[in-house]
Amino acid sequence: MDFYDKDLVSIRDLDREHIESLLDLSEEMIPYARGEKVERMLDGKVLGNLFFEPSTRTKLSFESAACRLGCSVIDVSEMSMTSISKGETLADTIRMVDAYCDVIVLRHPHEGAARLAAKFSENPVINAGDGAGSHPTQTLLDLFTMRKVKGSLDGLNVVLVGDLKYGRTVHSLADALTMFGAKLTLVAPETLQMPDDIYHHLKEKGCNPKKTSTLEDVIGQADVLYVTRIQRERFPDPAEYQKVAGTYRIDNTMLREAKSDMIVMHPLPRVNEIAYEVDSTPHAMYFEQAFNGVPVRMAILRAILRGI
Amino acid sequence: MADGKIVETKIPPIRNGTVIDHISNGQSLNVLKILGVNENNIDSVISIGMHVPSSKCNSWKDVIKVEDRELDPQTVDKIALIAPEATISIIRDYYIAEKFNVRLEDHIVGLAKCSNPNCITNKGEPIDPEFIVEERCPPKLRCVYCDRILTNISDNLL
Repeated sequence: MDFYDKDLVSIRDLDREHIESLLDLSEEMIPYARGEKVERMLDGKVLGNLFFEPSTRTKLSFESAACRLGCSVIDVSEMSMTSISKGETLADTIRMVDAYCDVIVLRHPHEGAARLAAKFSENPVINAGDGAGSHPTQTLLDLFTMRKVKGSLDGLNVVLVGDLKYGRTVHSLADALTMFGAKLTLVAPETLQMPDDIYHHLKEKGCNPKKTSTLEDVIGQADVLYVTRIQRERFPDPAEYQKVAGTYRIDNTMLREAKSDMIVMHPLPRVNEIAYEVDSTPHAMYFEQAFNGVPVRMAILRAILRGI
Repeated sequence: MADGKIVETKIPPIRNGTVIDHISNGQSLNVLKILGVNENNIDSVISIGMHVPSSKCNSWKDVIKVEDRELDPQTVDKIALIAPEATISIIRDYYIAEKFNVRLEDHIVGLAKCSNPNCITNKGEPIDPEFIVEERCPPKLRCVYCDRILTNISDNLL
């Protein structure tokens, strides 16, 4: 499976075999991600970290992944200090950064930005989230977490809850889970349900997701409960946000209905979707999930910059 | 119903110009929009047949005849986006000088804009919008950049 010098823009660019080989490599990266083993396999390489939207986990875990492998990182901590603020196009910014590094990691508020960047960059581009579009590296670490805890991805019963309309992580994740025959349940207020074209795409791929707005009805069947934040920043109208904010809240009372080995995942940050009391239950998997961002992104960087 | 002669009597023949036939039922006004026809820029006859019986599969179609105008390839490509089964006949001195089907390519570049306002192609970048044709009749186009399905094609033509 050759990832060398390839872009990673959408999870749809990968098939099941691609994904499994990346997850296998991620497994090998765990001791390096923890600092138990050291190997500077990307020594001399430079990563350009371009984040046009706020990020904690994605940005830091890419930096950590690069550092652990000996790859240097250049980034811009404040976009207002760049020529973007002078009206430079993304295309021109990418051409320039491309000349300074060996791989570009891009987060951008507009859907399709990573595909554009890949078009203008000679070096590979990794999509670290494009608006409400997709977030393939998050999906890979989500799959890695599920596989690690559950042993296999095949036929898992996954309940996605929260903002399924604007939440890019669930768009990519739902796409990927269909490759593994997962049973999907989509729980959201009607106004935040999965966009029609993604829903139909899932059906075309053989998945038949169930839609509901009531979490209590479906939590008992879940192997994985994937919770997302209702994102204030994606709502054009703040009044619309207020109508749905706080719709779902996972707490220990609700978890009484769940299977004992059901895991709760969340791409983080959380606001109030998951009560802090859940953190100390065996269901809570979101901090381990966040750590898994490092070995998975190490695997991605290694596969793209050196091949598997 | 044998449609040919009846339609001909309702929509008179033209001496020179273009006949756009087998337009998907209800799309003739959108085709006129593609032709850029309005009262200020046209000084020849345009005949429109809407909801005309079609010999194909006992269905209905629209027909447009434009006198004294032949269509450029880009206009024909745009017509294919909303009427993928249309045929174009170039008429010279009452005879059909050329006849061809519009052709919907697999990859559409620069003919329509993405209907997603947050797509990077709508943000002033130096790129043409691009779509992959996923279904042909009726056309279903997916944006190469943001992956969304283009909704309401006729309202998003460039």
